[in-house]
Amino acid sequence: MKKALEISNLEKIYKGGFKALKGIDLTVEQGDFFALLGPNGAGKSTTIGVITSLVNKTAGTVKVFGHDIDQELEQAKSYLGLVPQEFNFNQFEALLTILVNQAGYYGVERPLAFERAEKYLKQLDLWDKRNDAGRMLSGGMKRRLMIARALMHEPQVLILDEPTAGVDIELRRSMWEFLRELNQQGITIILTTHYLEEAEMLCRNIAIIDSGIIVKNTDMKSLLATLDQETIVLDIEKVDVSPQLEGFVTRLTDDHTLEVDIKKSELINDVFAQLSAQNINVHSMRNKSNRLEELFVSLVGSGLEVNQEMN
Amino acid sequence: MSSKVNAIALKSILYKEINRFMRIWVQTLVPPAITISLYFVIFGSLIGSRIGEMGGFDYMSFIVPGLIMMSVITNSYSNVASSFFSAKWQRNVEEMLVAPVPNWVIVAGYVGGGMARGILVGTIVTLVSLLFVDIQIHNIWVIIATVSLTSATFALGGLINAVFAGSFDDISIIPTFILTPLTYLGGVFYSISLLPEFWQGVSQLNPIVYMVNAFRYGFLGISDVSLTLAFSVILTFIITLFIIAMTLISKGIGLRS
Repeated sequence: MKKALEISNLEKIYKGGFKALKGIDLTVEQGDFFALLGPNGAGKSTTIGVITSLVNKTAGTVKVFGHDIDQELEQAKSYLGLVPQEFNFNQFEALLTILVNQAGYYGVERPLAFERAEKYLKQLDLWDKRNDAGRMLSGGMKRRLMIARALMHEPQVLILDEPTAGVDIELRRSMWEFLRELNQQGITIILTTHYLEEAEMLCRNIAIIDSGIIVKNTDMKSLLATLDQETIVLDIEKVDVSPQLEGFVTRLTDDHTLEVDIKKSELINDVFAQLSAQNINVHSMRNKSNRLEELFVSLVGSGLEVNQEMN
Repeated sequence: MSSKVNAIALKSILYKEINRFMRIWVQTLVPPAITISLYFVIFGSLIGSRIGEMGGFDYMSFIVPGLIMMSVITNSYSNVASSFFSAKWQRNVEEMLVAPVPNWVIVAGYVGGGMARGILVGTIVTLVSLLFVDIQIHNIWVIIATVSLTSATFALGGLINAVFAGSFDDISIIPTFILTPLTYLGGVFYSISLLPEFWQGVSQLNPIVYMVNAFRYGFLGISDVSLTLAFSVILTFIITLFIIAMTLISKGIGLRS
């Protein structure tokens, strides 16, 4: 398998001395669906900025399909498609114009560019808006427009920086489906996201970055396997006193909600058995947070901010 | 990247730039036509008729080349300054920065867009002039060369201005405080031979004097400066500004963090 992206000892010091990246090493294989996670200000966008040449690096090397951005920048760029975090298209141009011009910057002839624009605008449900100016679109439509724009030159690596931020659940799920299909077609996808559920559902490999350092870089399955404890939330019949469950840590958050910490070695059956013995009925059960979130919190130690963004 | 890919990229930037000023034609193409009509009515008909001849031609015929050149300069400059700064402001300049577009193609694309507007406005102004005065042509090649090179010079100037600009105010400061005074003092409305010797010398430091006079030579066959000197000055400015623009874009000044 070829290496789509190789980052070695990447450093970035901004004017004023802020060290955003402190020697990052990262490899993404061709065809991977890769998540780059981290709290705000961890260095995710800076890393993406360096890869796509929007940020000048201070030290280190970045190679895209073997092309070093210091020596073969234009070749390296030709493999990449970028969906940035902020809307960065001309708000006054029509969607078709935005897409066709973008294709032109990569050397795609106009007739072919129009064909592709039609294809992607239809796939992303924007075809009816093709002659509207970008500013007329809703937030979700703008995000889809940026995905369509990034695909116009049919890149081998698609980088998405928080692509579903501010997008409603239904649309987010349809975007996930679209990204899955792209990945199945062979496009390598690198994703940064605040929605940990998104990373867990879509990505095979993951790197967690914190304060400019990669604190974890592994495959998703192995990472989740390291999780030793989960918290389940039980919706129980109203009780006045917190039920005591032998061998478990419990918390009664209100008179009918009980949180129970369960280790990997323990059985949920025991929880139900003990509750039944105390004549307490359980109406429903759910995980307090997704598994990745719990790991994330333990790794970066700044989960509060992330939790607030979750839904 | 291959020359074919670069050619398509260049065409795309040009298309985008021309599409931009054509989309807002009421702001970009109509005002120069109105302004030039007012100049003709006031300076040509009302005041000009009392001035008499200048350089052997009636005053209206004398000022036509300068007025056309003034429109070309202003529009070439402001097109690139507004468009490039707006692309920075909306961050859509990143569309080009992430693509494999060589820096010279970005510079050439924006300068080409500025030239397209400058020359189109110049043509409109020329057509409006025909309503007021018969235009004679002494040397069409001098006209074409001067208008093209002057337009390119100021388009490059506009690009450099936009690279450094941090706000919309910053792209109006240079036109207001430098470009307009230099244009008005550049021999559009008078022959610099009318000035006292000292001010004639000072005028020769003004590059627009060379552009207006070379352009006027193309129409009327008269000039206050030698044609060779005029073209040398214009070419020197183009080369210098192109090198500055390339350096700024390559280093990502104001574009990359």
